[in-house]
Amino acid sequence: MKIKNSSELKNYYENLIIKTSKREKRTIVLSMGTCGIARGASDILNSIKKEVRKRKLHNRVEIRVTGCHGFCEVEPFLIIYPQGIFYCKLQPADVRQILMESIEKNNIIERLLYTDEKGKKIIKETDIPFYKKQMRLLLGSNRFIDPANIDDYIAQGGYQSLSYVLGNMQPEEVIEEIKKSGLRGRGGGGFPTGRKWELCRRAPEFPKYVICNADEGDPGAYMDRGLLEANPHSIIEGMIIGAYAIGSNYGYVYVRNEYPLAIHHLNIALQQARDYGFLGDDIMGKDFYFDIEMVKGGGAFVCGESTALIASIEGKPGEPRAKYIHTVEAGLYGKPTNINNVETWANVPLVIKNGWQRYSKIGTETSKGTKIFSLVGKIKNSGLIEVPMGITLKQIVFDIGGGIANSKRFKAIQTGGPSGGCLPEAHLDLPVDFDSLSEAGSMMGSGGMIVMDEDTCMVDVARYFVNFLKEESCGKCVPCREGLSAMFEILTRITEGNGKHEDMDLLEEISFAMKNGSLCALGTTASNPVFSTLKYFRDEYIAHIEKKRCPAGVCKNLVHYEIMSDACRGCGACLKICPVSAIQGEKKKPHSIDDTKCIRCGECFEVCKFSAVRRK
Amino acid sequence: MREKEYLFNNANKIDEILVKHGMNRSRIVAIMQDIQNEFGYLPEKNLKYISMKLQTPLSQIYSIATFYRAFSLKPRGKHLVTVCLGTACHVRGGARIVESIQKMFDVKPGEKTKDGLLSLETVNCLGACALGPVVVVDGKYHGHITISRLERIVKGILNENKK
Amino acid sequence: MVNITVNSQIISVKEKTYILEAAKKQSIDIPALCWQPGLEPHGACRLCLVEIEKSGRKRMVTSCNYPVEEGLIVRTNTEEVVKTRKIIIELLLARCSTNKKIQELAEKYGVTESRFEKKEEDCILCGLCVRVCREIIGKEAIGFSGRGIYRKVTSPFEQPPQECIGCGSCAFLCPTGAIKIENGLNMRKIAEINCEIPLVFCQYCGRPIAPLRQIEFLKEKTSLPEDIFYTCAECKRKNYARRLIAMSSKR
Repeated sequence: MKIKNSSELKNYYENLIIKTSKREKRTIVLSMGTCGIARGASDILNSIKKEVRKRKLHNRVEIRVTGCHGFCEVEPFLIIYPQGIFYCKLQPADVRQILMESIEKNNIIERLLYTDEKGKKIIKETDIPFYKKQMRLLLGSNRFIDPANIDDYIAQGGYQSLSYVLGNMQPEEVIEEIKKSGLRGRGGGGFPTGRKWELCRRAPEFPKYVICNADEGDPGAYMDRGLLEANPHSIIEGMIIGAYAIGSNYGYVYVRNEYPLAIHHLNIALQQARDYGFLGDDIMGKDFYFDIEMVKGGGAFVCGESTALIASIEGKPGEPRAKYIHTVEAGLYGKPTNINNVETWANVPLVIKNGWQRYSKIGTETSKGTKIFSLVGKIKNSGLIEVPMGITLKQIVFDIGGGIANSKRFKAIQTGGPSGGCLPEAHLDLPVDFDSLSEAGSMMGSGGMIVMDEDTCMVDVARYFVNFLKEESCGKCVPCREGLSAMFEILTRITEGNGKHEDMDLLEEISFAMKNGSLCALGTTASNPVFSTLKYFRDEYIAHIEKKRCPAGVCKNLVHYEIMSDACRGCGACLKICPVSAIQGEKKKPHSIDDTKCIRCGECFEVCKFSAVRRK
Repeated sequence: MREKEYLFNNANKIDEILVKHGMNRSRIVAIMQDIQNEFGYLPEKNLKYISMKLQTPLSQIYSIATFYRAFSLKPRGKHLVTVCLGTACHVRGGARIVESIQKMFDVKPGEKTKDGLLSLETVNCLGACALGPVVVVDGKYHGHITISRLERIVKGILNENKK
Repeated sequence: MVNITVNSQIISVKEKTYILEAAKKQSIDIPALCWQPGLEPHGACRLCLVEIEKSGRKRMVTSCNYPVEEGLIVRTNTEEVVKTRKIIIELLLARCSTNKKIQELAEKYGVTESRFEKKEEDCILCGLCVRVCREIIGKEAIGFSGRGIYRKVTSPFEQPPQECIGCGSCAFLCPTGAIKIENGLNMRKIAEINCEIPLVFCQYCGRPIAPLRQIEFLKEKTSLPEDIFYTCAECKRKNYARRLIAMSSKR
């Protein structure tokens, strides 16, 4: 069935709304993003299906499978509508009770509700503190949308922005609208989206291409996965509007190969958009053709860089191009190409729907709208969050994230992935936007936020990123390839206790050359994790170098485990858990660790109930 | 005789993949992904075959095959353990998990055990960061994994094989 | 023509040329290892970094691939340029600690010792070999493999490359001497790219002329008489001389 014009869309939308309002069934919403599935949501779904069959509840309940809502910490969870009851941390065994009590009857099962800090039970998802300080313009509708069903998106007002644009606006007006809204690229660069579109529209050559960069490579970041899995049509709609404004007929979505579910949902969504006539010939009755092809990445971080991404689509190794000409003029196959990130595209329908005035009221002077972050690491409430630009790091970490897990002390927050940096506690009052974090030596980046506590070694973190990049760099230019290799050697010897005092200067000199001399953004920013940890956590470097000590107890060569015989009861828990059989001892007698076999995994330290294992 | 038949069937399969992608040279990465999915790795003779069919220098194909991490030129083991080494998993001990698996089963990342039953691989981020550390065993995601739990899971699938 | 200023010297150059070419014509020294006239700029060695100033804004670019513009100000030896260049050279010197060409380059630009861990590579991955094979010879017999620190130049599957004609252009352009040609009794060997190709011998004197595949390649490309391909340069000269004498004596 094709929707041929705006009035047909309006009718279709109204019918959907009437259908839902008449519905007397309850709806069980089950969050089944990759994270939910990893936590066992499929088993929950199977039990629900089984119980519904057994109890013959087909006429009373409907199941809606959605993407990730954001609060990954308490998955698997489900919501029962219309009441909006939120049950979390579920086991398949809980399903029977849920159907008996909350579907067949109207009872609420206390023990499955979310419990807040003070021990209060919370019934509704939206009342949970984790969601309270958020502004979920993009993620908010996830719970109403089955990503495999375009009708759910349309029922949320989907494709009406497209309909409005095609019916009422000239391409130049669309660009003007986006420019006025202040929308900037969410991939990390922060380039004004409207200006990019304008440059691409003005470029003289044809055809023009629009690309959605879904090669979310920053480790610790999964905002784009969340959007692709949960609401793929918002991205598609954004791309169609962009293509119309730019004058393009061909679009590509370049998705990471590591996101199978996102690829699956996107494929379904593209096909449904074609079936409904939002892609293809004469979109919404207008003389406008546009279609989107999905391209899977090959597993290369550098392909997030726009010219490397283009090379990859062209069927080449993902090497950034050495040319001083922008992709909006000469990109894919040498033609004008506009690349935006997933989240940027998803913002487009929102800007059109709300109008630039309302959109630009959110955020700060230079950064408008909301931003999605993946708040992970040593934090209590891990998950995807969406907040207005300008919120402080402190509000994110403590109000939304609930502070540090396991009553440990906060040490640092890492933002911007391998191109970003680590900021210490003193910077927690910084507002999160495109400019403030950069000034402090990090960057907002695409949205990864990894919280680190006292058990995280900052030298090890720097080494982690350098190790990551030395393998993910394309290896073409000398400063990046050789610089990373040299940095890795230096950081390795520091973490092994063989560092020298000059090593810190050497690291800074290499940083300097990489920043000035590298070919692409991967190289020019690659030293940021090293540079920022040297700046804010120099004492940790010095402890490794001078005292041969790792204050966080992470660096293997500088850490030893031993069992204090006076505290050991000989329970054998450590002996059983040791993966390399490095612990020996008779039952009920003090055990001991063979240091030559020990791989410093810390399992014994964690498992000991008597604090008899000492780390030093 | 048998080998001939295999070669023939194999070429048929590759032709199917090539046709599916319209013999389009620029879709070579997708073509190679399909071959990888079909055989679990990129057999050398198949790469030589597509080089000929698409009239693309073998050096280009070899560059692509060795550049992208999704490709493997060697067959993988029967079972696959993928350990996520994203930042969130790293700060929660991902590297130690790799090391323990390496020692317990005598297998290096990117390689397989001598009996060919188990391949160990690492990935830079699966985007399941809230569940860190994450390990995928034969396509199934396991969040908040501990070394001892993973040992049980892996030993479990290996034992099933022996039966 | 456009006018640019290089180190306060105003020069007039053809449009669309790159800064490096323009500077070379004026004998202004800018080091470059991956650049070669006739090949597309590659921008990999980063030694040709210069500072440019455009409408008051300064930044660093590689001169091998930055096209000239009217009024562009170029400085090749600012403090920042020199410092960056020296660290890049020091990194190269660590990679190729025993390579003579790199040692000479380092000395020329004032780098005496590398403070980084030393390796004994010869190849700097400038890609001249790969590019000449692709862009000039049109064979693409060799390419890069791997990425990051594992990147290297090799033949497909590290096997004897089918497309290689043994012409040796790769060895000829290699700036560090990492690729070497070895003419044996019957074979030409280029070990770095696993190439081993039989040689063709002079029909008159029996000395080796060129690899068989190179001769076949040339025969395809040209329409010269067959005889020419199987005669070595020395015998060709002698033959011409003989013919000349014969012609003169007839007269």
